[in-house]
Amino acid sequence: MSTPPVVSAEGLALRFGERELFGGLSFQLGRGEFLAVLGPNGSGKTSLVRLLLGLTQPSAGRVTIEGREPSTNRACVGYVPQQRAFERDLPLRGRDLVRLGLDGHRYAAGRLAASDRARIDAALVAVGASAYADAPVGVLSGGEQQRLRVAQALVCDPRLLLVDEPLLSLDLAYQRIVVGLIDRRRRDAGTPVVFVTHDVNPILPVVDRVLYLAGGTWAIGSVDEVMSTETLSRLYGTEVDVLRVRGRVVVVGVPDEHHHEH
Amino acid sequence: MFWQLLQEHFVHTALLAGAVVSVVAGAIGVFVVARGVSFAVHAISELGFTGAAGALVIGLDPVIGMVSGSLVVGAILGVLSLRGSERDSATGAVLAFGLGLGVLFLSLYQGYATEATNLLFGSIVGVSDNQLRSLVAVAAIVAVALAVIYRPLLFSSVDPEVAEARGVPVRALSVAMFLLLALATAATIQVVGVLLVLTLVITPAAAAQRLTARPGAAILLSIAIALASTEGGILLSLEKDWPTSFFITTISFTIYVVARLRAARR
Repeated sequence: MSTPPVVSAEGLALRFGERELFGGLSFQLGRGEFLAVLGPNGSGKTSLVRLLLGLTQPSAGRVTIEGREPSTNRACVGYVPQQRAFERDLPLRGRDLVRLGLDGHRYAAGRLAASDRARIDAALVAVGASAYADAPVGVLSGGEQQRLRVAQALVCDPRLLLVDEPLLSLDLAYQRIVVGLIDRRRRDAGTPVVFVTHDVNPILPVVDRVLYLAGGTWAIGSVDEVMSTETLSRLYGTEVDVLRVRGRVVVVGVPDEHHHEH
Repeated sequence: MFWQLLQEHFVHTALLAGAVVSVVAGAIGVFVVARGVSFAVHAISELGFTGAAGALVIGLDPVIGMVSGSLVVGAILGVLSLRGSERDSATGAVLAFGLGLGVLFLSLYQGYATEATNLLFGSIVGVSDNQLRSLVAVAAIVAVALAVIYRPLLFSSVDPEVAEARGVPVRALSVAMFLLLALATAATIQVVGVLLVLTLVITPAAAAQRLTARPGAAILLSIAIALASTEGGILLSLEKDWPTSFFITTISFTIYVVARLRAARR
């Protein structure tokens, strides 16, 4: 890889009191790479995203985005959260939601410049949301809202995309659409993607590497390397079987998550 | 009678005070409704009453007590930034205790009858030139602050997770919003009284968001509805000697009902 990595994590550790979510975590993410972050609830997936957003400080180690601390380099990291219902009568249109991704952090913001208006329109076209861009977000379906969220994350032309469980509560067709939009962005613009999910199957066709967090340890590598009986058994410290059924990855025997946290 | 009264200085003062208050109440109301913290407005208002009653007991200007009471509760609610049912129950608990204190203060204060009624139900026609000046000052602070923080406040109100991810100081903005709300509420109390604050802070915003999905338009519409209610209410009370607050609440509620019916038919 000739270009420097976009994300670089060295010896990253995160502890809450006695409990260590992960330690010694090192990885690099280059342009156009698609990294999936998997693991059980409470394993630190969302905390890792917060580290990359500069909202949480690591207990040890260091993470940089294009060589800088995330909290000083946040201006354009695209972020897609999990789908959350908006109130039906919230006075906010689809295009207003997208616009917030462009100037929502600006104080004393005035009227929208023509060039910004064009960027918003382009982002709406890119995700195929133009038809309902003027409808209140609260009346749109979860899938339509997630398309707008992708447009909101892309409108500032991000150098990194962080998505946290964006497929939850979406049906299969919309899961495919949202994954396709994110995949196209990293192919067209070379924007690397960190994709947090509890299920690797919807992103199997596009994922380059998997970072699996479990029980205070982690593993990173290709899908075949990480999603294997051997690796997951080591991470969970018990026998876990990974099967391939009709092209899907099925994990059997993961310990009870509540029990696991203690 | 009507035209004679319209020449009176106190009527002009009342109309001006009403206009100033309507602008800030209508504007901040949109954020209050978008965040779903309408109940907090009631708590801030009632604690404003407690503050005013306390000020009367120790011989201070009740307006100072009212603003202090509102700001204290606004700051507490903003700092806690509670969510969901915990927010409602905590707000209710604070509200009830504050009102209890207010009852004590009123019983300690001797000449309470008119003062109490004015605080609870408003006394717009009794606004003095001095009060009008302080209302304008408070309203200017709220309006300028809202204009400056408008975008980030909108972002953190409707989409807090992404706003935080983009570096918007969500918590600080929440505190700022509650403090501005406290100031706006204290100003609104002068017009419609403690118990009817919601008619200018909540009802116009709730009606406006039934009529438009544009955030900027919702604010302008909410201000317009608050203005129509207040000024219309004052003018009607010149014609018929019923409480001004009754007319104001009736107009704003009528607009709200019409807006709901119109939205339901779409």
